[in-house]
Amino acid sequence: MSDKPNIGLYWCASCGGCEESVVDLAEDILLVLERVNIVLWPVAMDFKKKDLEERPDGSILASLVNGAVRTSEQEEMARLIRRKSRHVMAYGSCAHLGGIPGLANQFAREEILQYVYEGSPSTANASRTRPATAIPKNGSSLALPEFHHLVRTLDQVIEVDYYLPGCPPTPRILKEALLALLEGELPPRGAVLAPDVALCEECPRQESKPADMSFTEFRRPHQTVLDPEVCLLAQGIVCLGPATRGGCEAQCIRGHMACTGCFGPTSRVRDQGAKILSGIASSVAADDPEGIDRTLDTLPDPVGTFYRYGLAASLLRARNRPL
Amino acid sequence: MSKSNGNRPARIGFYVCHCGHNISGTVDVAAVARYAQALPHVVVSREYKYMCSDPGQERIAQDIREHALNRIVVASCSPLLHEHTFRTAVEKGGLNPFFFQMVNIRENVSWVNESPEEATEKAMDLARAAVHRVAFHKALEPKRVPILPDVLVVGGGIAGIHAALTLANAGRKVVLVEREPTIGGHMAMFDKTFPTLDCAACILTPKMSQVKNHPNITLWTYSEVSKVEGYVGNYTITVRRKPRYISEKLCVGCMECIEACIYKEGKFPDEFNAGLSRRKPIYIPFPQATPQVVVIDPQTCIEFKTGKCKKSCLEKCDRDAIDFSQKEVVEEIRVGTVILATGYKTFDAGRLPHYGYGKYDNVYTSLEVERLVNASGPTGGELILRDGRRPKTVGIIHCVGSRDRNTNRWCSRTCCMYSLKLAHLLKEHTDAEVYNFYIDIRAAGKSYEEFYDKLLEENVHFIRGRVAEVTDWTARPSEEGKLVIRVEDTMIGVVRRIPVDMVVLAVGMEPQFDAQEVRRLFNISCSTEGFFLERHPKLAPVDTFTDGVFIAGACQGPKDIPDSVAQAGAAASQALVLIDSGSIELEPNTAYLVEEDCSGCKSCLTICPYHAISHDEARKKASINEALCKGCGTCTATCPSGAIRQNLFEDEEIYSEIRGLLTPMPAEAQGGESC
Repeated sequence: MSDKPNIGLYWCASCGGCEESVVDLAEDILLVLERVNIVLWPVAMDFKKKDLEERPDGSILASLVNGAVRTSEQEEMARLIRRKSRHVMAYGSCAHLGGIPGLANQFAREEILQYVYEGSPSTANASRTRPATAIPKNGSSLALPEFHHLVRTLDQVIEVDYYLPGCPPTPRILKEALLALLEGELPPRGAVLAPDVALCEECPRQESKPADMSFTEFRRPHQTVLDPEVCLLAQGIVCLGPATRGGCEAQCIRGHMACTGCFGPTSRVRDQGAKILSGIASSVAADDPEGIDRTLDTLPDPVGTFYRYGLAASLLRARNRPL
Repeated sequence: MSKSNGNRPARIGFYVCHCGHNISGTVDVAAVARYAQALPHVVVSREYKYMCSDPGQERIAQDIREHALNRIVVASCSPLLHEHTFRTAVEKGGLNPFFFQMVNIRENVSWVNESPEEATEKAMDLARAAVHRVAFHKALEPKRVPILPDVLVVGGGIAGIHAALTLANAGRKVVLVEREPTIGGHMAMFDKTFPTLDCAACILTPKMSQVKNHPNITLWTYSEVSKVEGYVGNYTITVRRKPRYISEKLCVGCMECIEACIYKEGKFPDEFNAGLSRRKPIYIPFPQATPQVVVIDPQTCIEFKTGKCKKSCLEKCDRDAIDFSQKEVVEEIRVGTVILATGYKTFDAGRLPHYGYGKYDNVYTSLEVERLVNASGPTGGELILRDGRRPKTVGIIHCVGSRDRNTNRWCSRTCCMYSLKLAHLLKEHTDAEVYNFYIDIRAAGKSYEEFYDKLLEENVHFIRGRVAEVTDWTARPSEEGKLVIRVEDTMIGVVRRIPVDMVVLAVGMEPQFDAQEVRRLFNISCSTEGFFLERHPKLAPVDTFTDGVFIAGACQGPKDIPDSVAQAGAAASQALVLIDSGSIELEPNTAYLVEEDCSGCKSCLTICPYHAISHDEARKKASINEALCKGCGTCTATCPSGAIRQNLFEDEEIYSEIRGLLTPMPAEAQGGESC
């Protein structure tokens, strides 16, 4: 057992879907377990921070870390894992690009705390209690993690060797990454372990995509009856396929939903949202300011649409200063 | 900073130019040179009085050899002026000419900053950005494309006619496209020309018939260019030839059909006579119209309006030239170069209501007077006013729609001289007292001042002042039945009222009504006034920013006949230079596709303004025609997956430049470390 390489799995600011996706390997997970020791996986097994600290540095072959980094605890654990692991793999959109938690960068820390602990309609907090890093309790002090100003991607905190994209990564992406790791066939450091061509190439509806979109309005799936054969962009649905790395086998499209961009941009693109935005904006039919505004007004949440997973990693990154 | 010159680290030579005092008067060039010397990878940094001079260029070439430089940055004027010069110098030194970056510290810095400190700091910032960028430059090989020998000339006024004849006489095939049913343009409407008083028709019509008869010229009148595709040397032009309902081949211009028309008299405003006479629905614009072919106006012809005309014209024509079923014909031609000579329009005098045009019958525009005094004009050359009278006093108001911040600020350049000419002709025709109301007399052409002197001797009156109004409100009995011109005579400082029988408004010259559409069609620029923009106001007056497209005549700005003809000759010779060189080198700043990266998403196809991108159905990938590409960068920015890149504008070049610009390095804090 001890000659098998060690693998760690850890989560930061994430929803838990990435953890589930490991189980999505189904019976293949048994093959994985035959070849590795899992030495860290808090969601499924009992490990303490101390166990990890006691391990020699670099004694873990690879750690798969999902989730963005928002708290001091996440940052501390990420740094610890980095020290103990020969490879750190950012697992899933949040670790890779900031993901959905990264959308919080539209708001200042204080705005978020104010809303969550005081303002939201479902909050009952008459004493206006806020989380604090040190809470006195029965004569001793209880420590809580610090809530940082920004949501960061994993590689904005520690060095990351590889990225597994997706919300969550598909079983195939995970399996191929693990095989490459175990067979020593990993590409050069820094690579995203997925194809480097946009999703349209593998999309079953590619041929029905017209050259000229001429958008007059953008629709959301519940507002229209969709043709299951035709390119969703051609039906006025914002699909991020043209600006998103392929490799997911177009699962959402096959499930009749537009691509929301979770695999992130190709290696050549610095800012996924800006790219799809310029592609789509160039195809707005109107050429007068009012007509353009009318069309764009049909997009209720542009940041959440174009930067759903990539805001923290984008050139925008965050709102510059609080309102 | 990474190095993209194979594995060799970047060795940068930096040069800052004084440009006489143009730059060094504001920018501390020595400080900039010292600053650049300390930037990463800069091996040599120099300042020099004129980098564009031979010694300046030779310095670059020599430094490349002596210091094994592999990248060059020159901080001087606009790349528009000297990028080519310095690229050539870099090439002379043995480097690929595109291992070069130019920094504009004249137009962008010294000419727009008053504070020497700020200007020097900005020059340093821009130098730093360029040093960061140039390390990423790649070796590029410009492509050459052949030049087709045929030429398209658009517009059949004097400029277009002269350009077409020049090219045709040089043995080139020319297609001359004119919107109106005849060539001749404004000049054909003029009576005499200043200052020689040549009869305009006498000098123009021989050239018109030469055009018609020249074996190398294809003349398409009543036609318009509707589509332009391609690039320098290889344009495909679509021309819509409107139906004139007369066969150009069969019609000999006998005009018997016009006689036979069921309208016994002309009923519709005659465009050629500036609306002063009436024509029939079937007409020929003027006796020397070229081609000498009749045209039917479907807007006014009874047959087209009701289908119930007895068509007496058809019966009369023994050559069966009339064809009511004629349809628009769309022709496609391939040419290598284009000359635009689309002319101008006159200022609409109705925009200045205080001058009474359209309100008082006896207020005329200068163009109307040209027809009125012309022997083939509406009155046979007799000066009879709209109310039937002959004028005893005439007032000519200069600068109508010129030199006026309420209308057009520019001087139309021709009005002073044509007003003098009209004063002479009016005096000759009527012996009337003629008053000129002027701001300044601008008579700066050859023999123009002498013509002005001659007019002074002919007892024409000159009153200096901008006219306030033309009115029929009379203040004293001598003004009864007259139009009164109210003006401040600035020579004597008195407001005067001059009663006259006839007012002539010397209307200015404006861009053609569709100049913007034509500009877009041929992908050239307009100046703020709306005239076509030349490539350089002094040194490239007939070139445009689109290679292979030249401009001549008043479409470029107000000018008189001699200037238009000179410019037309220049445009023709510029086209010949291109044609005779056989091929042209294209700027290599084009977009290119990395095919294996393309997902076939088609986002780029319709956004290309030059139709350079197509979709390869078999491979399901985009395909870029680099000869059509103008390097605008639209597709590069749009490509959602970064499969399209652009030479000289690679992401790493741009990001590195921005990083360099935004990362200040104070002189004392600079080390040799890279960023």
